[in-house]
Amino acid sequence: MAVPQLLVHDAKDNVGVVVVEGLSAGTDMLCVVTHDNSDFRLTSGDDIPIGHKVALKDLNEGDTVIKYGEDIGKMVGSASKGGHVHTHNCKTKRW
Amino acid sequence: MAYDASTMTVQAWRRDNGRVGVRNHVIILPVDDISNAACEAVANNVKGTMALPHAYGRLQFGEDLDLHFRTMIGTGANPNVAAVVVIGIEPEWTKVITDGIAKTGKPVMGFSIEQKGDFETIRAASWQAKEYVHWASELQKEECPLTDLWVSTKCGESDTTTGLSSCPTVGNMYDKLIPNGLYGCFGETSEITGAEHICEKRGATPEASAKFMKIFQAYQDDVIFAHQTDDLSDSQPTKGNILGGLTTIEEKALGNLEKIGRDCTYIDALEPAEAPEKGRGLYFMDTSSAAAECVTLMAAAGYVVHTFPTGQGNVVGNPIVPVIKISGNPRTLRTMSEHIDVDVTGVLTREMTIDQAGDSLIDMIRRTSNGRLTAAEALGHREFVMTKLYRSA
Repeated sequence: MAVPQLLVHDAKDNVGVVVVEGLSAGTDMLCVVTHDNSDFRLTSGDDIPIGHKVALKDLNEGDTVIKYGEDIGKMVGSASKGGHVHTHNCKTKRW
Repeated sequence: MAYDASTMTVQAWRRDNGRVGVRNHVIILPVDDISNAACEAVANNVKGTMALPHAYGRLQFGEDLDLHFRTMIGTGANPNVAAVVVIGIEPEWTKVITDGIAKTGKPVMGFSIEQKGDFETIRAASWQAKEYVHWASELQKEECPLTDLWVSTKCGESDTTTGLSSCPTVGNMYDKLIPNGLYGCFGETSEITGAEHICEKRGATPEASAKFMKIFQAYQDDVIFAHQTDDLSDSQPTKGNILGGLTTIEEKALGNLEKIGRDCTYIDALEPAEAPEKGRGLYFMDTSSAAAECVTLMAAAGYVVHTFPTGQGNVVGNPIVPVIKISGNPRTLRTMSEHIDVDVTGVLTREMTIDQAGDSLIDMIRRTSNGRLTAAEALGHREFVMTKLYRSA
């Protein structure tokens, strides 16, 4: 199996994690869901560092971000499908 | 490679109280900050001993003093320690600690500095330390079941790769060894925030779950809300976590909890540095999420091997407990591999399964127990950090 660029914990998730260094915008990424080993392809919209998250669909302000199949926070900005999701557009709902 | 954990053994030291130690340290333990210098002088005089300097032990009171004593006594009582020289400024608190350690049956002797001075104290303590070193260095290892070990865990400098690879590696190890009788321990009260509902469900009994939730809520009320700034996100996730791609405390907590595997349940929730007393199995301990504080507390509770997943590359060690570092972050392995004992980058490239990663960690626990120095030991990382609950008098 080819080495994936993006791993997704759970089929319910709407973000995945970049697992290679130096990912640049426009990369046709192999994405693997670790829970069931299924895969799909997605084009990265930004240069995204290793470990950082990518939106698996268009996410808008107020949307809940799902990872591990669980609520990890809300969007406070937007991200297009394939775009970077991090502290600039995502935040805990707790504080 | 398939493991039958129930029959695996290690060569280790069986202590008088029946516990198994994987190191054979003679330690010089200061009761208080101002006795550090005498302890370090003794350790310098007598090779094969180690001083454990720390910052506290004066004018503490109440629950904070109880925790100080529990940590000191537990450190001396840890099965990785063969014998202990204790030095304090005055004899009474020194005696509290030597009496506590002596309950294990191991050799321990206390010295106090007042009315003698550093010179005389160092002279007398050095003679005692030298006797202990000769005695301890002739103690023989014996074959012990791997599952007689007490193995704790805490992750540090986490990132999104820890939740994908190194934390589930520890979880897989626990899923395999806890059912065979291993004592396990996880903690990090603050970093369960956002996954407390999941952690609550992992209690083996309603009592264990309730005890965890009480500890968790007390932490929220007494620490978080009492000292809250406008946004706790400024410290949790940490700056290192954020560089590694973690965005929220919930995301960090969900990765953190991967360390207790898919099936393990905790049988009790412990106070900081409290020794488990409900038999074999997994325990939760109320600890800070700061690496050195947490490992020090778990060592003081009697854990003899620590498994430490890291993403961005935490370099922590402990003076008496080998800290095994596990990382799946290829950048960390590329830039600071001298700190990593178990490389699970293959989990991210899908060349290694979590099951295989768990086996490789079990193998490293076995090798470490048999004598392999960890990266932290080889690099001299001996962080010994007391947890302080509030200001001294």
